[in-house]
Amino acid sequence: MLSRVIRRPEKHKMYFRQLFHEIDSLGVNSVWIVIIISVFIGGIMTIQFAYSMANPIYPRTLIGLGTRDTLILEFSSTMIALIMAGKIGSNITSEIGTMRVTEQIDSLEIMGINSASYLILPKIVAVVFIFPFLYIISVFFGLLGGLVTGPVTGVVSVTDYIAGIQWLFYPYYVTFSLIKSLFFGFIVASVPAYYGYYVQGGALEVGSASTKAVVNTNILILLFDLILTRLLLT
Amino acid sequence: MIEIKNIYKSFDDVAVLKNVSSQFSPGLTNLIIGRSGSGKTVMLKCILGLHEVDKGEIWYDDRNLVKMHNKERKKIRREIGMVFQGGALFDSLSVAANVRFPLDMFTAMSVKEKQKRVEFCLDHVNIEPSAFRLFPSEISGGMKKRVAIARAIALNPKYLFCDEPNSGLDPETATVIDKLIQDLTKEFQMTTIINTHDMNSVIEIGESVLFISKGEVGWQGTNKEILHSGNEKLNDFIFANKLYAQMREEGEAAGFGRKQG
Repeated sequence: MLSRVIRRPEKHKMYFRQLFHEIDSLGVNSVWIVIIISVFIGGIMTIQFAYSMANPIYPRTLIGLGTRDTLILEFSSTMIALIMAGKIGSNITSEIGTMRVTEQIDSLEIMGINSASYLILPKIVAVVFIFPFLYIISVFFGLLGGLVTGPVTGVVSVTDYIAGIQWLFYPYYVTFSLIKSLFFGFIVASVPAYYGYYVQGGALEVGSASTKAVVNTNILILLFDLILTRLLLT
Repeated sequence: MIEIKNIYKSFDDVAVLKNVSSQFSPGLTNLIIGRSGSGKTVMLKCILGLHEVDKGEIWYDDRNLVKMHNKERKKIRREIGMVFQGGALFDSLSVAANVRFPLDMFTAMSVKEKQKRVEFCLDHVNIEPSAFRLFPSEISGGMKKRVAIARAIALNPKYLFCDEPNSGLDPETATVIDKLIQDLTKEFQMTTIINTHDMNSVIEIGESVLFISKGEVGWQGTNKEILHSGNEKLNDFIFANKLYAQMREEGEAAGFGRKQG
């Protein structure tokens, strides 16, 4: 399928139009859910770090540091990818799958259009493009969640939290996670697209393909997370 | 004209088409009929190049589809219009955008020219301008078929294929769709092939009828001859509906149409 997807488009203008549409529908529409989840998780992590570091031997700045590193290294890349696999992935499978069972894909083929490329390539490019931005947004709002929750609940002061998130900062962690987010973006778009494109039957099969797509996307994300962490971080 | 010569097609050693030959002339509504599972859909897909034939030739005028490479096939597909059973309109596009889609994809027309062409096509299938902005989910089944026909003729095709164009429609709307396809075929002198098992369509617009039985040509003729063919398999197919048996007995075959019934 991938060889068909990356073939030269019939008309670049139409592909670009489709690309902007996908960036909007798959990416921009996901920003709010990323913000909401990140703010809450950032806040929850801050409270949990404070709880596990209750011993006065630990400096309070560790709370900010722990929240920051967890967000940067794992949560904002991997967890957001897993959540997006559910949101974007099921959307892609059901959209393409419905187009398959209602003969819309056959219709494109008969017009002489490379349907795999026209339908899938803009989605892959859009998701790979938007994922690093979602990652950055998630880190920012996660830290903000901690900044609000920590002082409000009294577990850490603003000064300690801010000092913590600035302490021992390695920019490579961000680079590492941005690389991960590119891989995850590709997986989140391509695996569900594959399941949708090759679905056969009716509405029931589209639903079951959607489930399979999300499950397998999640497994692949975790597998690649392990591989990339081993390759890039140790 | 489209001509198929001695085509064979099988799936996993099950022969679906066996030595099928026929000609489909321009300006006529050519119908392929047969029972479910007789091989007519496979045949249509073979003619369209969606299935590769095992043996035989498929000629679009003087071009043999079987020997063509992908690039040449793409070219020929731009001369083809197709109306699918369910319409196959793109859900995310409005009625007008659906018809404009092939124009956007394959022509260098200006926005104004495209708009004019879209209006022309939709007007030809009797779609009111007020419906141009509606989405497929907001229109009726009959309207969907008409929009699908408008999209199919947008690029002024030489060849028009229709897969059961009036399935799921009420008899009156089905008649309108049949008549529409026949009128457009005459007006644009297209080679039109319709895959159907609707006997009303056969009687009404079957200027050339090819009956497929168990993957072979069972009978070939016109709607004027079909009720008196003397072909046993064809008779079993047609007269499964008692109305046609009664018609034959009453000798009313000639000129019979749904409206008269």
